[in-house]
Amino acid sequence: VSTQSTGSFKLLSIQLHYLTNLSYQLDLYLSMSLTARGISRIYNNARVSKLCQPLICQNPLFSVRPSSSFARGIFLGEFREEEVFPYPSVLNEDQKETISMMMDAAKTFMEETNDAALNDTNEQIPEEQLDEMRALGMYGLMVPEEYSGLALTNTMYARFCEATGGYDLGLGIHTGAHQSIGYKGILLYGNEAQKEKYLPPLATGEIFACFCLTEPSSGSDASSIKTRAELNEAGTHYILNGAKIWISNGGIAEIFTVFAQTPTKCKKTGEIKDKISAFIVERSFGGVNHGPPEKKMGIKCSNTAEVYFDNVPIPAENLLGEEGEGFKVAMNILNNGRFGMGACLTGTMKMLIAKATDHANSRKQFVSNLREYEGIQQKIARMNLLCYANESMAYMLCGNMDRGAPEYQLEAAISKIFASQAAWDVCDETIQILGGAGYMKDVGIERWMRDLRIFRIFEGTNDILKLFVALNGVQEVGKKLTANGVAAMLDLAQKRVLGIGPVKAKVHADLASSAKNLSEDIAQFNLAVSRQVMKHKKKIIGQQILLNRIGDIAILLQSMAAVISRANAAADKGDTSEIALARAWCSDSHLRIDQFLREMNSAEVTSADQSIVEIGKRALDAGGYAVESPIGC
Amino acid sequence: MSGLRVLVGCKRVIDYAVKIRVRPDHLGVVTDGVKHSMNPFDENAVEEAVRMKQKKVAKEIIVASCGPTQSQETIRTALAMGADRGIHVELAKGEEDLQPLAVAKVFAKLVEKEKPDLVILGKQAIDDDSNQTTQLLAGLLDWPQGTMASVLEHSDGVLKITREIDGGLEDISVKLPAVVSADLRLNEPRYATLPNIMKAKKKKIEKMSVADIGVDVTPRLKVQNVVDPPVREAGDKVPDVSVLIEKMKEKGHLK
Repeated sequence: VSTQSTGSFKLLSIQLHYLTNLSYQLDLYLSMSLTARGISRIYNNARVSKLCQPLICQNPLFSVRPSSSFARGIFLGEFREEEVFPYPSVLNEDQKETISMMMDAAKTFMEETNDAALNDTNEQIPEEQLDEMRALGMYGLMVPEEYSGLALTNTMYARFCEATGGYDLGLGIHTGAHQSIGYKGILLYGNEAQKEKYLPPLATGEIFACFCLTEPSSGSDASSIKTRAELNEAGTHYILNGAKIWISNGGIAEIFTVFAQTPTKCKKTGEIKDKISAFIVERSFGGVNHGPPEKKMGIKCSNTAEVYFDNVPIPAENLLGEEGEGFKVAMNILNNGRFGMGACLTGTMKMLIAKATDHANSRKQFVSNLREYEGIQQKIARMNLLCYANESMAYMLCGNMDRGAPEYQLEAAISKIFASQAAWDVCDETIQILGGAGYMKDVGIERWMRDLRIFRIFEGTNDILKLFVALNGVQEVGKKLTANGVAAMLDLAQKRVLGIGPVKAKVHADLASSAKNLSEDIAQFNLAVSRQVMKHKKKIIGQQILLNRIGDIAILLQSMAAVISRANAAADKGDTSEIALARAWCSDSHLRIDQFLREMNSAEVTSADQSIVEIGKRALDAGGYAVESPIGC
Repeated sequence: MSGLRVLVGCKRVIDYAVKIRVRPDHLGVVTDGVKHSMNPFDENAVEEAVRMKQKKVAKEIIVASCGPTQSQETIRTALAMGADRGIHVELAKGEEDLQPLAVAKVFAKLVEKEKPDLVILGKQAIDDDSNQTTQLLAGLLDWPQGTMASVLEHSDGVLKITREIDGGLEDISVKLPAVVSADLRLNEPRYATLPNIMKAKKKKIEKMSVADIGVDVTPRLKVQNVVDPPVREAGDKVPDVSVLIEKMKEKGHLK
């Protein structure tokens, strides 16, 4: 293992340290011996009182209840049901009516005013249209009413995102970069003065906001940013210097949420160290400039630009949150907005599936319509299943956020990874079903493919997020092993594998076998992860092939829980049509989990992994594909 | 007049874009699970009232609807467009077949109660296409009427109305109070913005039943049968005019 790799592993572990510090309740949870019933009781009380509260009250940092995160529990072999069964139901009749009316307004706007194809060609949203969007209230959906917002809950906002996701992703990013991350920091961390000053004009879309974290040499490695903000001698202003790249809305924003290194006095040692702080920066402070709009593969009407800060004087009262706490602020803003993607891409997938289905039903080749061929039926089924699983996870996530779940970062990461990959696959398959027509600009699908590619990259690359999920879980297991001792844990793990009972909540008979598979897979997962943690110990951080398998299993387990719960809830209401979907998804996921588990436990596969890594290294050393042509020239 | 009080009627109907299907019992069309929205002509009516308010010609807009529980959403849409308050005459089971005469009687009672200066209705509902309620209401109230209005102008208690009629356009003037029905070209209805939808939640909707009003709403007409229009059949291509004339004589279209 070269020093270079050790360096990056160390940084990853520091990142993990920061990331898991977000849920310091984790330590609280591990040290408290709360029974499952105790947690349920706290949870049910919270459910009644926290229903439909505005966003800012659901910030996990404000909650001190222990985490009941399903995705965290699976690593420990625990099937935590509180956040999964029954499927969260968080909308009252009034909210449903509001959503219905808003859908009409959004749909009319998207269909009659907005022209996504034109926006793509011109790489811009027409100026006149922005006024209509302001009037529609599209820029302040989750801002409290006293600050001129629409005070939507997370689930209502998600539904709105879904409605627009099937029309124009570029427009979605324009409004999303503004409210989902651009000024979210002010919503979550702003003091009264900051909220009063900035939220009203931002909520009405009078001015735009953007989120400034990424730099030329700091993408995934966000804590390595070089932009600096140093307090002047008088203590009145921070002087900001640096450059940010690929900032959505960077060219049109008036308000910038900027992350910069500030020399901070460590509370414990008194030593001055560079730590990241977050700031609300106004363009009017002077010294703020931006570059031309980037030419992108997709989401072209969304402005993306470099932003330069040249001795920008930031008044000290514009510090967002505590000095030195900026990294947490950044991660929490991203964590808080992630749920939007799952819902938005549900809308995209439904639209694409409709197009593919329409084509399959009407296009005739050889002797029948495409719909008669098994190959097409399989494709359509797969697309529907991906959409179903994604939608189930997306609304489970925001439902739990609305109910005040103290922690949801793993579920949010899982939802983001799944949604972006599923949407890409569905779009790819839609083009395939349409054949040559799918490739043609006029038909319109190719634009969606171009727009969708970025979703696997921004807001936290899928690669990093998967490792984040895996490492979080591995750390949990590590802590438990240290606390309880190896033998005790393994013993417990073995017991679980042999004697896991059916899920405590009642599921319909037809879903019982899926639920049983889920329980057993969770137990097997815990056993397999425990073995690997004991085998590699701290070095597991570098075992990314292994960690990716672990992450993949976690995603599949989460998806199984979501679909079983949702199909069960529908069946409770008398609709058993979803059971077939849930069973099919669980059956396929169970097979894939089984495969991953076997790979994890196989010495042969471990050895094969090593060969792969060697091939990779050699190719990297050679600077590319360095094999001689087989024909000798 | 310091500002007119306007009563606007709206009806919840099957959305114009929906593909209608005849019920298996042939007594109507399928409504279960089908998208419903405000009758398009009623949107014009509400829009006109809101514009009158913006021009300070009207001071209060009351929107009323006779319909099932879900009609509340239609009233809320009107409130989101700018009406001030709503009245929901909620129909019970068995009262759903509310015909124009019954609606006119209900509105006559509402007029008695609210004392508006002007009543604006949509010219016809797109589900029954009756085009009767405005006329019947005017008759019951003994008020002047201006139907199929495409232009409305008010000055000093007199309404100048341009009507779209078969022969073209007709200009009339009526003294208030009057009943008017809105046609498509009267205006371009605004769509309810999200902030207005939120504001509309705070506006009052008064609920009442048909019994509360004391009106006999028994249907006077009974629907016997509802069928799809006959499927269009393929035509015949003929080589020349003489064959055409022969065929037409055969079919009895020419003597």
